Amino acid sequence: MSFTEPVKKTNGTIREVTLGSGDGAYVVGGETALPFHTFEGTMPHKPAIAMEVFDVAPEGWPAPLVDALGDVLADPVAWARACVDTYGADMICVQLASTDPHGNDADPEQAAATVRAVVDAVDVPVVVYGTGNAEKDTEVLKKVAETVTDTVLGLGPATEDNYKAITAAALGYGHVVIMESPIDVNMAKQLNILATQMGLPADRILIDPSIGAVGYGIEYAYTVMERLRLAALNQNDSMTQMPMICNLGKEAWRAKEARVGLDEEPTWGDHAKRGVLWEATTAISLTMSGADVLVMRHPEAVRLVRTAIDELAAG
Amino acid sequence: MALSGLDIFKLLPKTNCGDCGIPTCLAFAMKLAQGGAELDQCPHVSEESKTALGAAAQPPMRGVTVGTGNDAFTVGDETVLFRHDKTFVNPSALGVMVSADATDIDEVVDAANAANFERVQQTLACGFVAVKSAGDAPGFKAAVERVASRTSLPLVLMAETSAEMEAALQAVADRKPLIHAATQSNADAMIALAQEHSCPLVVRARGLEAVAALTEKAAAAGLKDLVIDTMPATAGEALRDNVFARRAALEQKYAALGYPIITFPGERSGGDELLEVTYAAVDMLKYGSIIVLSTADAWAMLPLLVLRQNIFTDPQRPMQAEAKIYEIGNPGPDSPFFVTTNFSLTYFIVSSEIESGKVGAYLGIVESEGLSVLTAWAAGKFVPERIAKFVNDSGMAEKLTNREVIIPGAVAQISGELGEELDGWNVVVGPYEAAEIPAFVKQRAS
Repeated sequence: MSFTEPVKKTNGTIREVTLGSGDGAYVVGGETALPFHTFEGTMPHKPAIAMEVFDVAPEGWPAPLVDALGDVLADPVAWARACVDTYGADMICVQLASTDPHGNDADPEQAAATVRAVVDAVDVPVVVYGTGNAEKDTEVLKKVAETVTDTVLGLGPATEDNYKAITAAALGYGHVVIMESPIDVNMAKQLNILATQMGLPADRILIDPSIGAVGYGIEYAYTVMERLRLAALNQNDSMTQMPMICNLGKEAWRAKEARVGLDEEPTWGDHAKRGVLWEATTAISLTMSGADVLVMRHPEAVRLVRTAIDELAAG
Repeated sequence: MALSGLDIFKLLPKTNCGDCGIPTCLAFAMKLAQGGAELDQCPHVSEESKTALGAAAQPPMRGVTVGTGNDAFTVGDETVLFRHDKTFVNPSALGVMVSADATDIDEVVDAANAANFERVQQTLACGFVAVKSAGDAPGFKAAVERVASRTSLPLVLMAETSAEMEAALQAVADRKPLIHAATQSNADAMIALAQEHSCPLVVRARGLEAVAALTEKAAAAGLKDLVIDTMPATAGEALRDNVFARRAALEQKYAALGYPIITFPGERSGGDELLEVTYAAVDMLKYGSIIVLSTADAWAMLPLLVLRQNIFTDPQRPMQAEAKIYEIGNPGPDSPFFVTTNFSLTYFIVSSEIESGKVGAYLGIVESEGLSVLTAWAAGKFVPERIAKFVNDSGMAEKLTNREVIIPGAVAQISGELGEELDGWNVVVGPYEAAEIPAFVKQRAS
């Protein structure tokens, strides 16, 4: 019996979503096949890496992160520049940790000013994440949306509880909304339907499926993302055809296996390599199940995932 | 092509003798159709039927066992392309390769033996040691003997000529090593060795067509336990080969590719060992069954083994943490005492957040059939009666100065009833989200 390549054609296409503006604009999505299945479809835009910048110096980060980024952790603008100039980030993701009502509870104006400064400092698109507190995020993201109007930001997370206000703000100023749903295909679709019914164009939505790191529920995210992507490609299901963004840096580095040194776990091996690999294996797994934007933290993990993406995309 | 259970049934003796281990011929036929049984199990089937059933009666992907005894591993037998379609069956084996002329053989083998971790009541471990010949038969044999004497892990023997392979097999054939590899230039001799010693065999050739030609040759010679190596030059080629092989086996029932795949991510990573591990993750997600690494160090093994545990978990049967009291960070009589459900993810996230709060605590995991907090509560598995029994049986009453138990915020509504059930205890409602535990603990201490 002779071998025929089992190529599968799909019916659907992932929407292209543009972030940023002018020469610095970046398009994500556009795939007509499963990730890197370039033997049967196209992947016009490689998955983008958005490197994280915190608007307030993070505390308690494990040694591998502090060693790699220590010089810039207290200065969001310098941090963003290092990510773009030194580490080749495709985008910057500003984590507005200062606004956490359980923490600094910084006011929206201050957060918006930081986003403004970062946008001015780099020539790549900027994605902005609040802390996940529905009420505070609404205030903060509204302020950010109206403060930065000269470029297309990604704003999130918009959830069941606050998507209306965030969508309304994004609509007015031309931004992209990151719709976050709790690891559930139907809830992801439902939010997209509700937002588009408000008039938000479907190509201004990114799906954040809520992900866990390796060892902390990645299998659920992996499978939900695969199912979303298969529905988008095979069933041509319009409300699943948005590109996906995975906010994974925080999840990977929250894992005990990434956090603790050899003093606490003497049999777990070199802490720096282990931590970097926790983030890199988390990121590449999510890429294999359909991620279009990876929010990442450690420069070395970024390098690994970028190399793997380039090689996989080259076919 | 694929026959239905009824098509197969017509070709069976229809005596319902049960000699195949299955009570009726119809049930056996159904199992054959699903790939859950093999025609050989029926001692009475006619030669004509055998021919007629042919490839259709074979499971679409062969299961192959390497090694002997407790350390042996089985790979293959996979039935789906995506884990949500059913489940992935046999976890990929991860192991380390050492060259026969390496000066650090002992260290590598020791690292392989040491790469053994306990997680959610499962042992995650390095699966094998591969020894690669440096080109001379005596040197290869000596290295293989050295490795074999230092580890009970299964072995993979890697050599280009049958002379080298024969020398090594003389030493360790009884451990059923995986022979790597039959190639276009040595296939006849390697196939003969695999047959003589009843060892599983890798066939290695560039690309799927060349591999299929070799597996057909080996199968024609009577070998069944085959593994394929498509020699991809890049990560992209590896993905394409693996996806095509899995689809061809499962969907086209193309028997010549219905075997587990062995991968060498180090061959594509240019000596960058972190990139090698990153590629190994891709290989594992996309159908690599045996993954050969250049290191067995814990920093490389741990992320891959944990990812494997996740991806090979049956989506219908979530992993469960052992129901008991966990001590986190040297707790004392004044430490907080949390309870939650035994869904492994709940356990991991809650314990991880308690740890990051840097205050010692007790975490009680209540048997609740692997459900998350709200689901378990709704299903009657995480309810006051059960929690009270767990707390009473836990011996925590003697360990704590103040009898105080902290329940998840998601089930705040049960605090009153639980308080009534738990005589002498104070029930405290903890945070709704695990991420708020560090702040909660800090506040509680002040």
